[in-house]
This record gives sequence, structure tokens and C-alpha cells, in this order.
Amino acid sequence: MIALIRYLGRWVLNWVQEAGSMMLFLLQGLALAFVPPFRPRRFLQEMNLIGVKSTLIIILTGAFTGMVLGLQGYYTLRKYGSEGALGAAVALSLIREMGPVLTAIMVSARAGSAVTAEVGIMRITEQLDALDTMAVNPMQYVVMPKLLAGLVAVPLLTAIFDVVGILGGYLVGVVLLGVSSGSYFSGMEQSVVPLDINGGIVKSLVFGLTIILVASYKGYYTEHGAEGVSRATNQTVVLSAVLVLAWDYILTSFFM
Amino acid sequence: MIQVIDLHKAFNGQVVLDGINLEIATGKITVVIGKSGVGKSVLLKHLIGLVKPDKGQVLVDGQDITQLKGRKLQDLKRRFSVLFQGGALFDSLSVFENIAFPLREKTRLPETEIVSRVHERLEQMNLSLEAGKKFPDELSGGMKKRVALARAMIQEPEIILFDEPVTGLDPPMTNTVFHLIRKTHGASNYTALVVAHDIPEVFSIADYVAMLHQGRIIAFGTPAEIQQHTDPMVQSFIRGEPDFLEA
Ligand SMILES: Nc1ncnc2c1ncn2[C@@H]1O[C@H](COP(=O)(O)OP(=O)(O)OP(=O)(O)O)[C@@H](O)[C@H]1O
Ligand SMILES: [Mg+2]
Repeated sequence: MIALIRYLGRWVLNWVQEAGSMMLFLLQGLALAFVPPFRPRRFLQEMNLIGVKSTLIIILTGAFTGMVLGLQGYYTLRKYGSEGALGAAVALSLIREMGPVLTAIMVSARAGSAVTAEVGIMRITEQLDALDTMAVNPMQYVVMPKLLAGLVAVPLLTAIFDVVGILGGYLVGVVLLGVSSGSYFSGMEQSVVPLDINGGIVKSLVFGLTIILVASYKGYYTEHGAEGVSRATNQTVVLSAVLVLAWDYILTSFFM
Repeated sequence: MIQVIDLHKAFNGQVVLDGINLEIATGKITVVIGKSGVGKSVLLKHLIGLVKPDKGQVLVDGQDITQLKGRKLQDLKRRFSVLFQGGALFDSLSVFENIAFPLREKTRLPETEIVSRVHERLEQMNLSLEAGKKFPDELSGGMKKRVALARAMIQEPEIILFDEPVTGLDPPMTNTVFHLIRKTHGASNYTALVVAHDIPEVFSIADYVAMLHQGRIIAFGTPAEIQQHTDPMVQSFIRGEPDFLEA
């Protein structure tokens, strides 16, 4: 019994300690954005890796999510004779919940794991040490542009996800199932308020920063060779998904 | 001058450095020899502050690099250049950009000057301009080593640390690299620490040789002194006697 408590206690302490060092890592990374030398090219490269290269998968998942929402929403709303509210239902679910969460989880699976692997390999092959010996701060050169790119790219990808999802809902609801096009869009216009949009943006900013933070942190502190890299990559995907959902609950209760 | 004073380092209870004392003379080439796994690379990493010792000091012209932080540490690091044992080439940059990297980050040379210096180094290392466009994962082991050497030497810094500069190179290239180290050293007179176990070639480039064994420097001297050294460990190492005879 005491052993169990001790085990749990150690687990919690480790966890708190890791959360703390991750926060320091984040603060250090972001602070370095304001210290010269500035390397705009590094930021653009990371935008390409994290953002541009995730676009296709975001469009695909966005389209299918919107289509499923259109289908589910249609059959649910029809029971109450209010198919006209379909546009509002699809848009609100996407903008407030599905868009930010699914975008974050997709980006984490695609780009987050890649970031961990890249930084982890740089660690174990001493590329980070090499930067350090060339008087280049590896946090500033490698990590900071990734954090910024996560912060900028994920909200943009979320916006794409939302728009594509709304069109997907339109395709199923209006084109296939015959809801009137006017009511789809006017319902949306009447029910989506700025708070919904702002809430979605805040969520996607927080998620974007979280997943790239977890990914770079896990890569940066990789140990034990190639096996360590694959373990770190695994941890990144699991931990970011959990953190995204936890943040989602916290932020949703905030914006309700 | 770099002075290593009573340096101790253990990893998870495994003692690697157990009281190292060593002086690396300014403008000279000091070669560290020793068996695989004795801690030569670990010692080298202490010299530039990549590994923090459990105890002891590393004084670079009197400044203890193990205690320095921030600006001062950065300024000190600018005087060094390091060849890592594994090369540590940047995967995301081409060979050309890898070699140009120290120039781009540490100097404000115009692009034409950078290009001509990189080309000169490529040629010196017997690498074609075509190879300059490749990425590290497209190179053979020996080519990687040569690119890493070119990168370490491009800037002609005051102090260069070479971790196994010729391991994995063919004999002509090995001689070329040793010759190159000698030649560039003759020209700019940098301080060099070379980790190598290529006996007897290392004796031709070394001003001093230090042998690391069981966490300590067991022999130090000029190549001639080392070759005459009475310690049986030293003798068996330089004669390349098989390990099992030791017991
Ligand atoms: N980061 C580390 N964590 C744990 N142990 C380490 C670490 N770095 C080195 N060691 C251990 O320290 C010892 C010395 O390693 P080092 O790489 O310095 O050997 P070396 O003399 O350079 O050998 P080689 O000639 O094969 O390169 C080894 O036993 C190694 O396992
Ligand atoms: Mg080594």
C-alpha cells in the first residue's frame, strides 16, 4: 500500500517536474525570438514543413469531417423538422470544436512526430552540439522557428479545415440531401457569433504551440540512440493528443 | 594554453575520467591516444564545455570554461572549432552549405568570398563541385569525414579539436589529411588537439602525445619520448599487441 502511494507520489512529482521544465523550455524558446540574429529563412522553412506540407491532409480530413457532420446533422435535425439549421450546426461544431481539435491532432501526427524525429536525430548525431560549438544557440536556430511556425501555421490550417468542412457539409446536406442552399448559409450567418470564432482561434493558437512544444522538447532531450528517437516520437504523439484534449476542455469551459 | 586540472567524470556510476591533468600548449599539436572507449571523446567534449565535469577545471588562457556562462562562454567558443567523431554534419543542409556554415554564422564575408573559400576546401579534400550539391545522407563514410574536416578547418580558428580525423579514410587520404593538418598548422599556427590511434602516422604530426588509460593520462611527451616510454601499457599500445596479453 505504502509502496503504491510512493509510486504514485513519484509519478506525480516526475510529471510536475517535466511540465515545469517544458514551461521553461517554452519561455526560453519564445524569448529567443526577440534576440538577434534573426533568421527569417528558418521560419519560412519551418512554415513549409509544419504548415504547407500538412495542407493536403487537413483538406482531406476537413472535407470528410464536414460531410459526416452534414449527414449526422441532417438526420438528427430532420426528426425535429429543422433541417434549415443544418448550416448553423455544421459551422458551429467545426469552428468551436472539431476544427481546432482535429487539425491539432492531424498536425501532431504528421508534423509533430516529424519534428521530434528530426530534432532527436540532431541530438544523437551531435548536430545540436556542433551548432553550440559554432557559437550558434541550438534552441534559437532549431527550436524557436518551429515554435513560431506552430503558432502561426496551426490557426491557418484550422481555418482551412473549417472552410473545407463547411463546404463538405454543404455537399452532403444541400447537394445530396436537398436542404436549401439559402437556409444553409443564412442559418450559419445568424448563429455564428464573434465569440465562437475567437474561441476557435484561441484554441488553435494554444494547440499549435502545445503540439510543437511537446514535439521539440521530446526531440531535444532524446537519449539512448535510435531507439530513444523512436520512443520520443511515440511519446510526442500520445502526449500531444492528451494535452490537446485536456486543453480543449479547459478552454471550452472558459468560452462557454 | 589549455590546462585540464584534475578532471573527473562518471556516467551513471561508470567512471570515465578519473583525475585528468593535461596541458595543451598554444600553437602546438597535441595528440591523445588510447584504446577505444577510454574516454578520449568525453575528454575532448569537456574542453569546449559540451560536457560538464563532476569535478575539476578546464582553463582556456586562464578562464575556466566549466564555470563560464552567457556572453563570455560564447566568446570563448568562437575561438574553437571542433571535428566531431561522427562528423555531425547538418542533414538539412547541402555539403556546400555545411562547409559554409561557420563562415555564414561567425563572419560577415561577402558571398563571393564564401563561395571561393568553400570551393578551395572542397578541392583540398578531393571533393568535386558536384559533391558540394549533395546532402550528407548521400555521401560515403569517408566523404562525410572529409566534409566535416573541411567544415572544421574553413575558418582557421585559434584552437581546433579533431576527434579521429582520419578514421575510415583510405591510406592516401589519411596521409593527405595529416599533411593538411601539418600544412595549415604551419601556416596559421593554431593550437590543435587530435584524437587518433593511427600509430605510427600520428607521431609524424604530433608535437606532444598523451596517452589516456583507465581515466588518467599515463604518459605524456614528445613522440620520441613516447616511443621510448617504459610503461608496458604504452609499449603494448603503440606496438598494437593484442589485448588479451594484458592479463
Ligand atoms: N553521454 C554518455 N552517457 C553515458 N555514457 C557515456 C556517454 N558518453 C560516453 N559514455 C561512456 O564513456 C566511455 C568513453 O566514451 P568515449 O566516447 O569518450 O570513448 P573514446 O575513447 O572516444 O572511444 P573511441 O575511440 O571508440 O571513440 C564509454 O564507455 C561510453 O560508454
Ligand atoms: Mg571517441
